[in-house]
Amino acid sequence: MKFKVWLGVVAGVLPAALVAILLFLAVYSWPAMHFNGPGFVVRDVWNLGNLYADPVTVHGTQIQPGASYGILFLIVGTLLSTLIALLLAVPVGVGAAIFLAEAVPDHLRMWISFFVELLMAIPSVVFGLWGYVVVIPFLGRHLFPFLAHTVGKAIPFFAGPTGSGYGLLTAGVVLALMIVPIIVATLRDALVNQPTSMREAALALGATRLEAMWRVTLPGARKTLIGATFLALGRALGETMAVLMVSGNALNYLPHNIYDPISTMAAFIVSQLDSALQDPTGLAVRSLAEIALVLSIISILVNAAARLILVVWGNVQRTMAA
Amino acid sequence: MAIAIQQAPAPVPRRIRLSRRIISAAGWAIAGTCLVVLSVMMVWILGVVFVRGVGALNLPLFTTITQGTGGGLLNAIEGTFVLSAGALLLSVPLGVASGIYVSEYRFSQWATVIRFLADVLVGVPSIVVGYFGYVALVEWGGWNFSVAAGSIALAIICLPYICRTTELALRQVSNDLRDAAYSLGATDRRVILGVCLPAAVPAILTGVLLALAVSVGETAPLLYTAGWSNYMWDGHLTHSPIGYLTYAIWTFINEPFASANALAYAAAFLVTAFVLVINIMARFVLDRRARR
Repeated sequence: MKFKVWLGVVAGVLPAALVAILLFLAVYSWPAMHFNGPGFVVRDVWNLGNLYADPVTVHGTQIQPGASYGILFLIVGTLLSTLIALLLAVPVGVGAAIFLAEAVPDHLRMWISFFVELLMAIPSVVFGLWGYVVVIPFLGRHLFPFLAHTVGKAIPFFAGPTGSGYGLLTAGVVLALMIVPIIVATLRDALVNQPTSMREAALALGATRLEAMWRVTLPGARKTLIGATFLALGRALGETMAVLMVSGNALNYLPHNIYDPISTMAAFIVSQLDSALQDPTGLAVRSLAEIALVLSIISILVNAAARLILVVWGNVQRTMAA
Repeated sequence: MAIAIQQAPAPVPRRIRLSRRIISAAGWAIAGTCLVVLSVMMVWILGVVFVRGVGALNLPLFTTITQGTGGGLLNAIEGTFVLSAGALLLSVPLGVASGIYVSEYRFSQWATVIRFLADVLVGVPSIVVGYFGYVALVEWGGWNFSVAAGSIALAIICLPYICRTTELALRQVSNDLRDAAYSLGATDRRVILGVCLPAAVPAILTGVLLALAVSVGETAPLLYTAGWSNYMWDGHLTHSPIGYLTYAIWTFINEPFASANALAYAAAFLVTAFVLVINIMARFVLDRRARR
């Protein structure tokens, strides 16, 4: 009995860490929340004010004259880059998972799956390096001008100017590659483990193997796919280093086309802390903490949804991925 | 009233319509292309990192410290090991204990709470953990950029992984073992520490190795907790920043000097090679032993 209590107390470190993170960020950013108000998420301005003037007091908060904080451009950048990543990653992930589950022989499947899913193990900063050194020049010089001349004619959001290669689409492409193994790994597992009787029934009725997969096996794994997509969404929302290195780190700027520079909430915290520390009132650093709080609450909600879908609704075994 | 015996129609060789066959072939081609695209991307990334990284390797890299935008990476290599070791030192005992509790007392409400919050903690972005470390430890705790702050931030990231792998490892242990031990009069403590835990060690070790790989590859939680230093670690846990490899990748690739870029490639090679070796080991050596 004593052993159980003792273990339970030690295990309490985990909830304590989570509570401490949220509590510290909330308390620390409280003056910023008070000053910024709910308009924080709809204003499109991040302005530390005149750092050379004496601080003034507005509504009981000391600020530099002219300081104003709003993160609409970060929310737009985060949502758009994540959306692009999902639009690229989900179809490719589903295709690869179908091929792995149905077309690759059993003895090869383990090796090829392992190789593709190793993408999950590659550190974020290495993705950033690859994006910075290889993807940006390639996309900026070749693919973006081509896209602007073809797709851009039909869809204004794809029209030029195409810029240097840093921007929304590049961030989306790199993010897509980082989240696609989550979808492949989870879905492949679910497809292989679907009951074979339904699939055999479809084949016996004359369906081709693709039809059996598309109409019978894949719909059976629908919940797993939705859950895995939420997991991938959560990962993409919080991704920092790779986005920081390829997104162009826009400030107070809403993208006019898909090539424009953006920034995301996670990347902005890294790129702005140094300059925020120049604010003698400390409000800029506290506003960054408010971003961190908003980001963690969004991520927690998305992840909780993913686990509810996978574990409760979809009856997926808890594994490392899920 | 003769019953007309109908002749069964002669079996016509049924062929799948051409359009369906074309669609099927196209579908497989698309699905296969997806897999090929992913494999090519993986090869591309590894190719860039390995070709440029190996080209940047030399002996002084491992024997000298960073000087401005050149020099070696000895300080960063040491720092990565110190920070990861600190993170594991904190997170392994706590994570394994939590995992034991969640698995062996799985029906208690507290276990349900911990299991759920562990899943939630995995979802907290690493930069948020890093910023928490900055606010709570570096600023409020007054530790400045330091090994302690960096290790604690990394430990928070490793903790839920280790908790979960321990839980899953213990669940693989057969209940017959537990029943046998209890029937011999063993207490909870003896059953768990003496019987279940030894049986689960290979699988737990796999989880610990993967957590090590994660902590070696992390950057965001360290930027504002560990800082960066061009010098070797002076042995102080607080008030002295420390270098690490992922910082070198991020900073030195942005410098306009070939010597700095070479450092970044070399650091990327070291980190990636380490992470891949751990993953391959975990998958093909320990995992197999755990299953046996």
